Amino acid sequence: MPSFPPALVLSLGALLIPFLRGPLRKLYLLALPIVSFAALLATPQGSSFDYEAFGHTLTLMQVDKTSLLFGYVFHFAAFVGVLYALHVKDTTQQVSAVIYAGMALGAVFAGDLITFWLFWEGLAFSSVFLILARRQADSNRAAMHYLLVQIVSGLLLLVGIALYMHGHDGATAMARLTPSGSGHSIFNLDWAGPGVWLIFLGLGIKCAWPLLHSWVTVGYPAATATGAVFLSAFTTKCAVYALVRLFPGTEELIWIGVGMAGFPIFYAVIENDLRRVLCYSMINQIGFMVVGVGIGTELALNGAMAHAFCDIIFKGLLFMTMGAVLFRTGRMNGSDLGGLHRTMPWTAAFCAIGAASISAFPLFSAFISKSLIMIAAAREGYHLVWLVLLFAAAGVLEHAGIKIPFFAFFAHDSGLRPKEAPRNMLAAMAISGLACIGLGSFPDLLYRHLPYAIPDYALPYTWPHVIQQTQLLVWSALAVGTLMLLRFYPPELRSVNLDADWWYRKATRAFVAFGQGPLMRIFGWLSKAVHETIPTGLRYFARNPGGAVRLAFDRVALGWAGLFRGMPAVDAAQERLREDQARFAETTPGAAWPISTTVLYTAVVFLVFLLVVLA
Amino acid sequence: MLQHLPVLTIMVPMFAGLLVPLLARVHAGIVRPLTIGALGFSCFAAIHMLLHVQGGHPIEYAMGGWPIPTGIGYRVDGLNAMVLVMIAVIGLLTALWMRRSIEDELPAAARPGYHAVLLLACTGFLGITITADIFNLYVFLEIASITSYVLIAMGRRRQALYAGYSYLIVGSIGATFILLGIGHLYMRTGSLAMADILAQFQANPDLYGMSDVRMAFAFLVVGLAIKMALFPLHGWQPGAYTHAPSASSLFIAATSTKVSAYALYRIVFSVFGTEVLVSGLPPVRDALLAMACAAIVLGPLIAISQGDLKRLLAYSSVGQIGYIVLGLMLLDERGLTGGIIHFWNHAAAKGALFCVAGALVLRTGAARVDDLAGLGRRAPWTASAVTVAGCSMVGVPLTAGFLSKWYLATGALATDRLYVVPVLLASSGLTAVYVWRILQKVWFAPADVEPRVGAEVPWSMRLPTLVLAAACLVFGIAPWSVEFARDAIAALGIAP
Repeated sequence: MPSFPPALVLSLGALLIPFLRGPLRKLYLLALPIVSFAALLATPQGSSFDYEAFGHTLTLMQVDKTSLLFGYVFHFAAFVGVLYALHVKDTTQQVSAVIYAGMALGAVFAGDLITFWLFWEGLAFSSVFLILARRQADSNRAAMHYLLVQIVSGLLLLVGIALYMHGHDGATAMARLTPSGSGHSIFNLDWAGPGVWLIFLGLGIKCAWPLLHSWVTVGYPAATATGAVFLSAFTTKCAVYALVRLFPGTEELIWIGVGMAGFPIFYAVIENDLRRVLCYSMINQIGFMVVGVGIGTELALNGAMAHAFCDIIFKGLLFMTMGAVLFRTGRMNGSDLGGLHRTMPWTAAFCAIGAASISAFPLFSAFISKSLIMIAAAREGYHLVWLVLLFAAAGVLEHAGIKIPFFAFFAHDSGLRPKEAPRNMLAAMAISGLACIGLGSFPDLLYRHLPYAIPDYALPYTWPHVIQQTQLLVWSALAVGTLMLLRFYPPELRSVNLDADWWYRKATRAFVAFGQGPLMRIFGWLSKAVHETIPTGLRYFARNPGGAVRLAFDRVALGWAGLFRGMPAVDAAQERLREDQARFAETTPGAAWPISTTVLYTAVVFLVFLLVVLA
Repeated sequence: MLQHLPVLTIMVPMFAGLLVPLLARVHAGIVRPLTIGALGFSCFAAIHMLLHVQGGHPIEYAMGGWPIPTGIGYRVDGLNAMVLVMIAVIGLLTALWMRRSIEDELPAAARPGYHAVLLLACTGFLGITITADIFNLYVFLEIASITSYVLIAMGRRRQALYAGYSYLIVGSIGATFILLGIGHLYMRTGSLAMADILAQFQANPDLYGMSDVRMAFAFLVVGLAIKMALFPLHGWQPGAYTHAPSASSLFIAATSTKVSAYALYRIVFSVFGTEVLVSGLPPVRDALLAMACAAIVLGPLIAISQGDLKRLLAYSSVGQIGYIVLGLMLLDERGLTGGIIHFWNHAAAKGALFCVAGALVLRTGAARVDDLAGLGRRAPWTASAVTVAGCSMVGVPLTAGFLSKWYLATGALATDRLYVVPVLLASSGLTAVYVWRILQKVWFAPADVEPRVGAEVPWSMRLPTLVLAAACLVFGIAPWSVEFARDAIAALGIAP
C-alpha cells in the first residue's frame, strides 16, 4: 500500500460516491475508511507531503504519537459511523459525512497552521450538511446558527494565524505555542499576544467553551439520526487535539475546563431532548480533557488524549443508540419515550454499556482515562479542581449514566412498540460496545499508544482506585435515586425526612432556577443576536446606509428632545420622523441613481483629487 | 504570420464585426460561425502570446513599420497578456452562450447587428489592453464605450434605454477626463508613446512636481475611476448591468470595468512610473486606497438587500473592482499578485454568476433572486455552478477567490496596512450573507415550493457556465494564475 494522506483518500474518494449504486456503493463506503487506514499505516513517522503554495510550505502529514492516536480513533469513528448509516439512501449525507471525516483527519495530521486552518474550515462546511439533510425548518435554522458560529471560529483562527506569523517571521509550525513546562498564563506577553489570543479563542469556540458552546446544543440535536453520530466524533475533538498541540500547560484552560465540566450538569438535568442531554454531557466530558491540557504535565496530557480517545467511542455509541430510537420512533423527548426495552432489547443493552462507560464504571472505558486526569490534578496540587471534577463525575452518572437509558428504555411505559434497530446499526453499536469494554478491561491496549509512559501510581486497576470509584458511583446513584423519587412524588414525600432532603431540594431548585433564569436568558440573547438581530439589522441598514444612519441619528436626537414634548416644533419634528421611517420601510433598495447624482459625485471626487494634487 | 499576432488579435474581430451585417444579408446562418471563429482566433492568439511572454520576453510591434515614438506601437507583456486572455475567452464564451438567450430577448432583425457590436466591443477592449500608445488607448476606449452603450440599450425593457443613456452621459464625462489627462501629458512631454513618456519621467523626477503633470494624473485617475465604477462613481453601473440583455451583462460585467482597471495599472506602471504613487503624489494613493476600501465594504453591503439577481451581482462587482485597485495601491509583490490574479478570478466567478442570471431570465422572464428557489432540484448543473462561483466570491479555501484575498491580506500585512485585513474580512462576511441568501434558495427551498425554473437550460448555455465555474476551482487549486502574475510583476520591475 503506497502512502497517501488519509484526508485526501476520504475527501476525494467521497466524490465518487454519487456515481455508485446499490450494494456497490455500500461496499465502497465501508472500504473507504479501511483503505484510508491502510494508507495511514504506510505513512512513515515525521513530516511528509510538503507542498509549496502561496509562499509557504504546506505539510499535509505530520505523523507522531499524538496525531496517530487521534488518527486511529477518527478512522474507527468513520468506519463505525459509515456502517451505522449504511441503510441511509441520501447521497448528500453520505458524501458530506465522508468528506467531514476526511477533513478531521486532515486537521489532525496538518503539519502547519495554514493547512490546519484549511481543514478547519472544511470541517465547518462539510458538517453543516449533516444538519441541513434533515430538511426541516427548525433544523435549517439550527444549521444557520451552527454555520455562523463555525465561520466566526474560522475567521478568528485565520486572523490569529496571520497575526502570529506576522510577529514570528512567518513561523507556521503546528507545534506548541506555549514555552515548555506548565503553568503558563495566556496573558503573559512574553509568549502570547493578540495573534495567540485569537487562535485560542477560535479553538475555544469549536471546543465548546462555556458561553461559546451554543452551537453544539443547538446544532447536534437538529442533525439527522446518523449525522449526529459523525458530528459527535470529530469537530470538538479536533479542537481538543489542537489545544494539546498548541496550548499545553496554559493555566487558564484548567479553569475553563472546570467550568465546562461543571455547568452542563444543571442543564442536562432539566433538558428533555435526550440527544441534547448527550450534548451537555459531551461538553462536560470535554471539560475533563481541557483541564488535562491546562495542567500540561505528561500524565495530564496523556489523560486528555486517552479520554478524548475513549469519549469518541462511548459518546458515539450513546448517540447511535439515541439515533436508533429516533429512527424507529421519530421522537427524542424523554417525556414521550419509555418502555422501549421490550422491543429494542439490544439497543437498550448497548445504551447501558455506553452509560456505564461514560460514568467510568470499572471495566468500562472512561474508568481508565478519566482517572489519569484526576490523579494529575491531585498531584499538581489543584485540590479544588479535583473536587469539582469529582462532583462533575457524579453528575455524569446522573444525566448520562442513568437519565438517558432510564427515560428512553425504562421509566413509564409510553406504549410504543417499535421494531429493533436495523442490523447495520446493531453491528455498529456492537463494535463500539466491545471497544468500550475492551479498552476498559485491557487499558494497556490504549496506554502503549500514548505519547508518554504511564507511571505506576496512575495505573487504574489498583484497589484504592477501584474502591474509591465504586464508592462514588454507588453513593451518587443512591442520591440520584432518592432525588428522582422526590421529584416524582413531592406531595407524599415532603413531610418525610424533612431535614435531610430540604437542603437537597432547595439546592436543586436553586440550580434549576439559576439555569432556567439568568443563564438561559443570556444564551437566549446571544442566540437571538446571531439569528435575528444582526442579519435583519444588516438588511435594514443595507437598504440605504446613509438614510439608516440619518434616521438613527434623528431618533436619538428626538429622544432627547422628547423632554420638551408639547412644544409645537418638537411635535412636528417627531411627526416628520415617523413619516421618514414609514417612507424608509418602502425604499427600493439600491434604486438607480439619477444621472445628475453620479455627475455631482464625479465633480466632488474630481475636486478632491484636484485639491490633493495641487496642494 | 506569427510575428503579426498582436495586430491580428485586434483586427480579426474588428473586420469580422464589419463583415457580419453585410454577410447576414446574403446568408443569415453565417453570423454565428463567423463570430465564434473570429473570437476563437483572438483567444488562440492571446493564449499563444501569454505563453510566449513568460520569462520576460515582451512582444513589441510597430504598426505599419513606423518606428515607435513616431508610429503607434503595440506591446504585450505578462500583465496585459493575462488581460487579453481574459477578454478573448470571455468574449468567446459569451458568443457560444448567447444563442438561445438573444433568440429570447432580441427581435430577429437585431441579432446580426448585435453580433457585430459585440465583436467591435471586444475589439475595443482588446485594443485598450494591447496598445503602448496613450492616444491609441483613448481611441480604443471610445470604440469600447460606444459599443457598450449600444449593447446595454438593446435590452427589451424601456429602462434599458435609460440605463444606456445614463452610461453614455457619465461614460462620456469619464472619456473626456481621460482625453484631458492625455492632452496635459502631451503638452508637457511632447510624446504619446508610453515608453517614451516613462523614460522622460525616469530621467527627470522633477516632472512630478509640475502642476500640468499633476493635473494630467488627476484627470486620468478620475476618468478611469468612472469607467471602472469605483465607489462612489459607480452610479451608472447597477442600472446598466440590470437592464442590458443577459448576454451583454455577461460580457460587460466580466470584462469592461476590469479593462479600465487594467488601464490604471498600465498608466501607473508604464506611463508615470510607480514613483508617482510613492514619492510623486502619495495623497492620490491614499485617496484611491480609501475609495477601494469603501468599495470593498459598501459594495457587498448594498448587494445584500437586492431583490434582482443582476442588480445584486452589479453591486457585488462594485466591491470586487475595489480588490483590484487595492492590489495596485499596495504596490507590494504579494498585494499586486492578489490584484492581478483577481482579474481572472473575478472574471470566472462573475461570468458564471451572470450566466446563471441569464439562464434565470430565459426560464422565468426576469432575474429575481426569489425565483431561484428549488433550482437545485430542477437544474442541478446550473445550481452547482452557482454554488462554486458563490464560494469563490466569498473566498472559501480551494476556490480562486481565496487566493486573491490571501495575497491581498498578506500584501497588506507586509506593507503594514493592518486596517486592510478587517476590511477584507468584513467584506467576506457580507459577501457570505448574500451568497448564502442565493444558495439557501437554490438548495434548501422548502419541499412544498414549486420551482419557477422548470428545467435545465440547453447545453449551449450550460457548458460555458460550467467552464467558468470549473475555472474558479482550477485557479484555486492549481496556482497557474499565480505563476503568470508573478512573471508579470517581475517583468514590470517590482522586486519580489
